[in-house]
Amino acid sequence: MNFLIFGFLIQNALTTGAIYVLISLTLVSVATVTRIIYVPIGEIMVFAPFGLSVLMGGQVPGTVWLLMMLGGLAFLQDFWQMFQARSRHGWRKAVLLYLVMPALVAGFSWASAKPNVPFAIQLLAACAAPVALNPVLFRVAFQPIASATRLVLLIAAIALHFALAGAGLYMFGPDGLRTPGLNGVAFRIGLIPINDQFLLILGACLALITGMYLFFEYTMYGKALRATAIHRRGARLVGIDPDSASQVIFTIAGVVAVISGLLIGPLTTLFYDSGFLLGLKGFAGAILGGLADYPMAALGALALAGLESFSAFYASEYKDVIVFALLIPILLYRSWRQPAQLEEEHFE
Amino acid sequence: MSAMLLEAADIHVSYGRSEAVRGVSLKIAEGQIVTVIGANGAGKTTLLNALMGLLPFTGTLKFPQTPGAGLSVIARVEAGICLVPETRDLFGTMSVEDNLRLGAFCRRGQRGFSTGEMFAEVYALFPRLQERRRQNANTLSGGERQMLALGRALMSRPKLLLLDEPSLGLAPVLVKEILARIVELRGLGVSVLLVEQNARAALAIADYAYVLETGVLAMEGPAESVAGDARMVESYLGAVAGS
Amino acid sequence: MSKGRIAALLALAACALAPAYLGGYSLSVLDNIMTSAIIAIGLVLLTGIIGMVSLGQAAFAGLGAYASAYVALNFNINPWLTLPVALLAAAVPAALIGALTLRMSGQFLVLATLAWGISIFYLAGALPMFGGQNGLSGIPPLAVGPLVLATDRGMYPITLAGLAAVVWMSLNLLDSNFGRMIRTIRYGAAIGESAGANIFLLRLTVFTIAATFAGFAGWLYTFTLQFLDPGAFSLDNGIQYLFMAVIGGVSNIWGGLIGAAAYSLADRFLSGYLQQFFGQSFNVSAIFFGVVMLILMQTARGGLWPFIANFVAPARREVAPLAPIELPHAPPAGGRVLQVANAVKKFQGLVAVNDLSFEVEAGEILALIGPNGAGKSTIFNLITGLLKSTSGNIHFLGRDITAQRSREIARMGLGRTFQHVRLVPTMTVLENVAVGGYVRHRVPLWKTLLRLNRDGERRALTEAAYQLERVGLLLRQAELAANLSLGEQRILEIARALNGNPVLLLLDEPAAGLRFNEKQQLAGLLIALREEGMTVLLVEHDMAFIRQVADRVVVVQYGEKLTQGSVADIQRNQAVREAYLGVD
Repeated sequence: MNFLIFGFLIQNALTTGAIYVLISLTLVSVATVTRIIYVPIGEIMVFAPFGLSVLMGGQVPGTVWLLMMLGGLAFLQDFWQMFQARSRHGWRKAVLLYLVMPALVAGFSWASAKPNVPFAIQLLAACAAPVALNPVLFRVAFQPIASATRLVLLIAAIALHFALAGAGLYMFGPDGLRTPGLNGVAFRIGLIPINDQFLLILGACLALITGMYLFFEYTMYGKALRATAIHRRGARLVGIDPDSASQVIFTIAGVVAVISGLLIGPLTTLFYDSGFLLGLKGFAGAILGGLADYPMAALGALALAGLESFSAFYASEYKDVIVFALLIPILLYRSWRQPAQLEEEHFE
Repeated sequence: MSAMLLEAADIHVSYGRSEAVRGVSLKIAEGQIVTVIGANGAGKTTLLNALMGLLPFTGTLKFPQTPGAGLSVIARVEAGICLVPETRDLFGTMSVEDNLRLGAFCRRGQRGFSTGEMFAEVYALFPRLQERRRQNANTLSGGERQMLALGRALMSRPKLLLLDEPSLGLAPVLVKEILARIVELRGLGVSVLLVEQNARAALAIADYAYVLETGVLAMEGPAESVAGDARMVESYLGAVAGS
Repeated sequence: MSKGRIAALLALAACALAPAYLGGYSLSVLDNIMTSAIIAIGLVLLTGIIGMVSLGQAAFAGLGAYASAYVALNFNINPWLTLPVALLAAAVPAALIGALTLRMSGQFLVLATLAWGISIFYLAGALPMFGGQNGLSGIPPLAVGPLVLATDRGMYPITLAGLAAVVWMSLNLLDSNFGRMIRTIRYGAAIGESAGANIFLLRLTVFTIAATFAGFAGWLYTFTLQFLDPGAFSLDNGIQYLFMAVIGGVSNIWGGLIGAAAYSLADRFLSGYLQQFFGQSFNVSAIFFGVVMLILMQTARGGLWPFIANFVAPARREVAPLAPIELPHAPPAGGRVLQVANAVKKFQGLVAVNDLSFEVEAGEILALIGPNGAGKSTIFNLITGLLKSTSGNIHFLGRDITAQRSREIARMGLGRTFQHVRLVPTMTVLENVAVGGYVRHRVPLWKTLLRLNRDGERRALTEAAYQLERVGLLLRQAELAANLSLGEQRILEIARALNGNPVLLLLDEPAAGLRFNEKQQLAGLLIALREEGMTVLLVEHDMAFIRQVADRVVVVQYGEKLTQGSVADIQRNQAVREAYLGVD
């Protein structure tokens, strides 16, 4: 271990750490507003870079078809509800969100698959479908069980991950993907080597965190989401629809996931199921924060990245064992700090 | 004959295997303060939650002025019917000002509605809230929390306010203050359905009263006659001789 | 013989004769179903019965598999001796992991299972002694004398016998004193603790049993394939076993079997035939089962079993009552049963109970009343040990119980009921009452698993029947607790508490929500119990009810004692009237 390597390991830890921080903060926000642990966030993460590669190859990515299919399903679910209640309440939202929006995304993606389309447009199109999937996924998979116990919601999240990973394999195949990195800047601060990827990731991370902070602190919708997290029934009593709130936070999670996926693309080879592991690691950070405390979650994510980076160097075969085995004392500590809730945590 | 805001007929609410509310009918007209009193366990909170749409019930519930309100809790809030629950349901880690601001959430973007005006009205009614507007809600005292809960409900300029035991946990002098404010609400065009355990205080400010006893209406009538009725006292203390 | 038993025996016979009429591929499918079923049954015990979701059962199977393979390859011993190795390799880590993680609640626990599931999987793939990603091969087969038991056909009888043993032991486990108690865990640890049980230890036991079953399945897997690779024990497999249990019906042993069969067959069908339609790289299975699970969570969390259960009505036993053989708590002949002295309870600045003192004398019924928010439930929880008082002390039968755990206080002779009735709706009235006598009827686990405790079982049930007769519910003993009216359920809870032979009964709002005649029944029961020498402390709102049953009343307001006396006294008391009716 010399200084060069040490510096490199620090840079590596900060880079992956930044991504883990984003994921962990997102998971915490989703968990507090919806009580759902959003396991499928990993799939959303990898859908973006894979979608981009498909678009650049002149095809429309499978995520667009998935979006349209699920959008139709969501619309039918809302329609059935309206039919049973003999009321047209909410038809505008159903049409806009589940029919119009997927159609727009489809049109945009189809247009971007043509040759000579600027990279920036294709990038945007690659992000559109995975982001748009999230509120639709909530409607289809979670809204009918929104008041179930956390365990049921977790099992549903795991099932959704299972299905989306399978869909990912179908849409993108078993091969790995490595998006080209940027090459330009390269210098050093003290021990730590700096290149543009590093700057980009840190910059994006800070921008997203600042953006999320401003949203939750200063906008009406952000405050409404916080209120839903603090007291769900109280939020209903002032007219905040918990299901709409959940869809908003799911969409925000989608945006963060997509950006994270694109940022991590150049760093490592992505496979259709890489997202799950990335999600789990970001998740470990979230657990350190007890699924409620943002600074602790960020710290946990960074610590995890640091641990991973150094154990990858010293004992690379055991890197993942160390990282996941460490979850257990963290969970134990968390569970001890947060005494068992009085609500029955049963399954049925 | 003032307009009816709420008409409930033969309401039954089940809580698990027990029927907490059995065949209750009541109505509230514009400009009225109506109270439902009863001892603990009489089913008052259950009844109120059912009227607000938080619990399933059988029977008919009509909101003659705002027909769409019956669909959901959110629909009721948007129609101008607000509940201040027994548990207050405040957003503890948010400031007093934010709590109030969220009270007006359902009116955001509506023409002719000014959040600033509403703030002025609520602060005029509860000056202490203005003093503490930057503090977190969970640092407030019991009485101040009650004021905040009430103020938050008022921010959306409701037509009908459902209040669940506003005097709960408050010292007698604060109870007086809160109830005096409730009377002032009439001047602001807000009608009130007040559920209370503190029968005397509630009857002092109400126009009409219903007495609930283990889920059933034991009696009803103008507040003064109920207050003077010996049967009401019996209902609370069970001091029925020989029956 | 019941329909269900006939069906089970027929299925067993069909399976036993399978090698005669099934080809190699079908036999391997059946073999696979059986090993999966063993793991799924462990999950039924864990998830369905005690409500603990685990994604790490595949990891325990992996531990059992790798341990036995390693020993078989590196030591020159009879391969049969690797069976205890496999079982220990799963059971010991399970007990350790369980001791650490079972203190966690709900979500954190599932995530912990995820964590060690992944860790063990990566460990198996990393350690060179386990062959890394290539796994281990060339494992010597089992043999009985000259007969070599290799591959699916050879191992089939062992696997079938193993599955039958697991099913038999699980059924024995559930149909016992232990089984009744663990079935209460889902409905709140307070039930078991109020009957004196150590819920943590019980959960740990079930967890270890489930892990041991998985380890056994791993051992079978090793010797069927003679080859191991870590891919068989990944997190994906862990998720699949959970799916199997849920699809089959997670609350029932047979659900585990059905789920394993349904899942495996559907999986084969999908990967085999449909893949030809859609071409390669189409993971139809994953999408299909993910969607199926989502639909199940939304519409049928009970899985397939409830549909099948309609055809198999289990026989309901009727038992005649018999007085308990031992009466460990002799009721004191007069004297003080409970003394609360200067109790204070603070919650983060809110004083819920403020310097409260009162006594309960032997043989009396004392009522604790007061307006809403007065602190009555908090007082109850302090006495029963669910909460620790900030200061002051509580004495029960002369002993200081201020710092005691609720299960220890229960064992000393304190019985209680709950404000919201906590019964196991899927057990019969008799079984629910039997839970109350848990401590008295405990036997070593191995006897329970092997069904060697028939005498003790009979005694447990007849004693429960005795309590039912005492409260007047004996005729309903075979009905499911869920089918009783609220009033009857309240009385059933009292019977359960009585089955612990208590000296003092604590009743939390027993009359709440009852109709008039139900209240009369309850009042009659309490008075009859008092005649027999029982002491009762109850919290109530209903003044008419209290007037009927209570000897003395303590009135509480704002966490303090307002006054105490006879019912007539307090009804005349001006301060009480103001507390209830309110002041102008």
